[in-house]
Amino acid sequence: MRSLLPIFTVVAAIFVIWYGAAVALNTPWAKDQAKRNNVELSFTELVADTWSQKKPKLPAPHQVVAEIWKTTGEMVAKGRAFSKRSLIYHSWITLSATMLGFVMGTGFGILLAIGIVYNRVMDMSVMPWVIASQTIPILAVAPMIIVVLNAVGISGLLPKAMISMYLSFFPVVVGMVKGLRSPDQMQLDQMRTWNATSGQEFWRLRLPSSMPFLFASLKVAMAASLVGAIVGELPTGAVAGLGARLLAGSYYGQTIQIWSALIMAAALAAALVALIGLIQRMTLKKMGMVQ
Amino acid sequence: MMWIAFGVISWLIGWRANVWLAAQPKSRFTSLAVPVIFGVTVILIWEAVVRGFEVSPVLLPAPSVIAVTFAQSTHILWQDFVQTVIKGALSGYVLGCGSAFLIAIVIDRFPFLQRGLLPVGNFVAALPIVGMAPILVMWFGFDWQSKAAVVVVMVFFPMLVNTVEGLQATDKMQRDLMRTYASSYGQTLLKLRLPAAMPFIFNGLKITTTLALIGAIVAEFFGSPIRGMGFRISTSVGQLALDLVWAEIVVAAIVGSAFYGGVALLEKAMTFWHPSQRG
Repeated sequence: MRSLLPIFTVVAAIFVIWYGAAVALNTPWAKDQAKRNNVELSFTELVADTWSQKKPKLPAPHQVVAEIWKTTGEMVAKGRAFSKRSLIYHSWITLSATMLGFVMGTGFGILLAIGIVYNRVMDMSVMPWVIASQTIPILAVAPMIIVVLNAVGISGLLPKAMISMYLSFFPVVVGMVKGLRSPDQMQLDQMRTWNATSGQEFWRLRLPSSMPFLFASLKVAMAASLVGAIVGELPTGAVAGLGARLLAGSYYGQTIQIWSALIMAAALAAALVALIGLIQRMTLKKMGMVQ
Repeated sequence: MMWIAFGVISWLIGWRANVWLAAQPKSRFTSLAVPVIFGVTVILIWEAVVRGFEVSPVLLPAPSVIAVTFAQSTHILWQDFVQTVIKGALSGYVLGCGSAFLIAIVIDRFPFLQRGLLPVGNFVAALPIVGMAPILVMWFGFDWQSKAAVVVVMVFFPMLVNTVEGLQATDKMQRDLMRTYASSYGQTLLKLRLPAAMPFIFNGLKITTTLALIGAIVAEFFGSPIRGMGFRISTSVGQLALDLVWAEIVVAAIVGSAFYGGVALLEKAMTFWHPSQRG
């Protein structure tokens, strides 16, 4: 609670800077318009104008909030929550690709980690490549994957999910390998003195002790997966999804639309990561790993 | 048929060689040879599959074709490299990391800012910041300045969070010792806290190398002059010139690894005293 006031101050400062920047960035356009209409703007009129332009360079926060409300709340009220003009529809498209990619990436990552931990050959040959691939900007491959999979006849959700999977499986592999190896020699020896089979050793010692590592990497993987889904929507030619909204907005100069899609994506990321945090706390509590 | 047989044989040889090498006592040689053999085997199988099953070059070009394209279009690749990496990614990386470092020191000085900015910074670091790209392209124009701006925004928060964390890495005993020496704030910062923060700072610098390249490449999808790696990738995909796309990806991979490796080497030289480097 002690940090509530500082956080509030910082957030308030961000809003003040945002409004100020909106005035500064939108003034040239407002002055230009006023000159053409031969009117002299007073300071208050100028400020009011910069905060209510149709295609501002930087929309003021209340404009973005109004746009988000128009495309979510009002659409729901009209009973058209899933029409193509609704941001809920676009968020859902992105969210479904994110979740599918996240689940595939996590599953694949855990399997690969188990292989690496139990197989020395795999550990020595695959692990260095997994680490090296972290340094490669994989997102650059996104347009190619989309187009190639389209050519093979796979389109829609799966190509985007593939990119999400690609981005999200690396953190899971690295985290799980660390986690499955985290039991120390003493604990492993204890399992042996109990004559545990390797299956029992895995299910009762290695897997439970890897949980904190798994959740830490799941948070990273979820954020990466969302970025993958958004970038995956760019090359398909702006059909649907938050990435498509970003691209369409940038084509037609609809800055308010870009910002609302951006805020929506941020809210989505925050909600997903918070959800994993919640599951983490519940699971670890049930396992007795945290109080 | 010949190619498929070739693929199967190279798979068998690579596999047997790795199993045999992995069974040997671990040494520098084996831990280097095994991943190399694995990589070479993957490339050979790729070549064999593409030629054996006559996969259309529009779907997946063979590694040899990619190599030829790479050798033939070095001037295009070089031009794109300069535009995206040197002008876009590198200038943004230096600017973003530098300003994050300075602001971290300011934040560290004032506990109020620390308690307020850190949660916000942590929150922002998890957001899909790439989405800022179209806005920044609109503000700063199509040339490299907008790409550098995207990179600055992308690297800023991970770097800030890491540096602030690093500045808190000294323990009470060490700070008390500095106080008994009657050292000023500046002396404590320079001689104790910054050196102690080095491993964290380098961690931030390493994480952000990949982010910088991703930012610079993705920002080009939203508009760029007629050169740059992101531009080349998106237009070549449209022309189905996948061999050129793969050549660009090879460049991106080499640059990414070299960038990361360079920072890691610098870390080794500057934090040689740290336990994690002494092994």
